[in-house]
Amino acid sequence: MMRASHQQPGFLAALLHRLAGIALAIFLPVHFWTLSAALNGADFLDKFLKVTNTPLIKFAEGGIVVALTLHMALGLRVLAIEFLPMHERTRVAISICLAAGFAVGLAFAFNVV
Amino acid sequence: MALEPESTLSVDVWRGTAVGKFQTFAVPRRAHQTILDVVTEIQREQDATLSYRFACRVGMCGSCAMAVNGRPRWTCRTRVSEAVSDDGSLRLEPLRNFTVVKDLAVEMTDFFDKWRDAKGHFEPGESRADFHVVPPSTRARKAADAGIECIGCGVCHSACDVATWNKDYLGPAPLNRAWTLVNDVRDAGNDARIAAVSGSAGCHACHSHMNCTEFCPRGIAPTYSIAGLKRAMMKRALGGRVPWPRSCSSRNASPPRCWPSR
Amino acid sequence: MAAVLFVAQRVSAAVLAFAVTVHLITILYAVRGGLTAGEVLERTRDNHWFFAFYVVFVLAVAVHAPIGLRNVLREWTPWHRRSLDVALVVFALLLLIMGFRAAVAVYLPPEVLVG
Repeated sequence: MMRASHQQPGFLAALLHRLAGIALAIFLPVHFWTLSAALNGADFLDKFLKVTNTPLIKFAEGGIVVALTLHMALGLRVLAIEFLPMHERTRVAISICLAAGFAVGLAFAFNVV
Repeated sequence: MALEPESTLSVDVWRGTAVGKFQTFAVPRRAHQTILDVVTEIQREQDATLSYRFACRVGMCGSCAMAVNGRPRWTCRTRVSEAVSDDGSLRLEPLRNFTVVKDLAVEMTDFFDKWRDAKGHFEPGESRADFHVVPPSTRARKAADAGIECIGCGVCHSACDVATWNKDYLGPAPLNRAWTLVNDVRDAGNDARIAAVSGSAGCHACHSHMNCTEFCPRGIAPTYSIAGLKRAMMKRALGGRVPWPRSCSSRNASPPRCWPSR
Repeated sequence: MAAVLFVAQRVSAAVLAFAVTVHLITILYAVRGGLTAGEVLERTRDNHWFFAFYVVFVLAVAVHAPIGLRNVLREWTPWHRRSLDVALVVFALLLLIMGFRAAVAVYLPPEVLVG
C-alpha cells in the first residue's frame, strides 16, 4: 500500500504525469518509425496499419492517447502552479485533469471502433 | 486525566540509527493525549534509554517533529485520537530524509547547511539614509508574509520526495526562506541568492508534488514559494535582472542617530 | 545549466501544449471509422502547413522528452553522471532524425518516393 505521506493528490498527479511521460518517450520512436514506412509508399504503410489493427494494439493506442492527454493536462497544472498568481485548488484541478484525460481516451475509443 | 478503561495503545518505536528495529511498548490510552505525551511516558516510565526531542511542548519550536504512522508531524500538536490507526496502534519513526542520530532524534545540521547554501539569510547591503518603507499590503510583502512563519522544523523536508531521491536537493524550507528574502525590499543579496537556488540541486528540481504544502504544520505553501523562485530564475536565465520589488526611494542624506555605523 | 534546461523544458512545453492539442483533434477526427494510409497521406501529402507544423512539433519534442527523461533517470536510478547527458543527447538526435524523417515521409508526393 502507498506510504502514508504519499496519500495526497499532488503526489498522484506527479506520479501519473511522470509515468505517462515515460510511456510517451518509449512510444515516440516507434511512432516515427511507423510513419516513416510511408516513405516506401502508401501501400506499405497500409499493410503495416492492417497488421496493427488488432484489439490489443488499438487498446494500447487508446492508452497512449490517454497518456498524452494526461501528461499535457497535468503538465499544464504544473505550469499553472509555477506561473499563475492564484493558487489552484489541488484536488479540483487534478480531478479535472484526470477527467479530461479519460474523456479524450473515450473519444478516441468511440471514434476508432 | 480520566483513564479510559481497558484501553491500551500499542506503540512501535524505532530504536537504533539507520540500522535498527522497532520496539513495541504498551501505553495506557488517556483522554486528550498527545503523541508527545506517549513518547514521554515511554521514556520516563518504561525505557529510559529512548532518545527523542522536544522543547516548548506547545507548537512553537518544531523540535518534536517525527513520523507518526508514516506522516511527518509535530508530536506535541498531534493528538493520539487523530493519528492512531484503527487497530489502536502507533508507529513512531525519526523524520525521513534526515540522518538518524539515535532512535527518534535526527541530525539537523545538513538541513541548516542547506539553508545557508540557499542563502536563506538576510543581506543588509549598504547603509541607508532612511528606513525602508514596507507597506504590508504590497504584493511583495504579502508574498514574504506568506512564508515567514517557518520555524525550521524539518517536516516539509521530511515529506519531500525529491529530497529522498536527490540528497543534494536544497529542499522546501530553505527555498521558501530564500523566496521570502527575494520579496524583502530591504535585502540586497538577491542576485547571489537566485544564483544559489538555480544550481543543479535548486528550485527547478521541485516537481510540485506538494507534500511540503500538505504537511507544513504552519500552513505555509513552499510549493508556491519555490514557483516564485523558478520564475525569478527564468527571468535571470533569460538575461533579465532579478526583479526584486521596487523599494521606496531613500529620503534624507543624513542617517538617523539610531543607525549603527558600519 | 540547470536553469537553461528548465527554461527549455517550459518553453518546449508551451509549444507542445499547442501542437498536441492540434494533433489530438486531428487524430480524433482522422481515425473515425478506422484508419488507412491513404486517408492519412491524402491530408498530409504536399501540404506545406502540415509539414511545417510537424517540423515544429518534432523540434519541441526532441527538446522536451530528453530533458524530462533526464529528471526521471537522475532521480529514480543511480545513473547521474555525464554519460547520462551524452546518452540523452543521442536520444534527442534520434528523435530529431526519426521525427524529421516521418514528417518528410508523409509530406513528399508519391512520384518522389521509391517503389
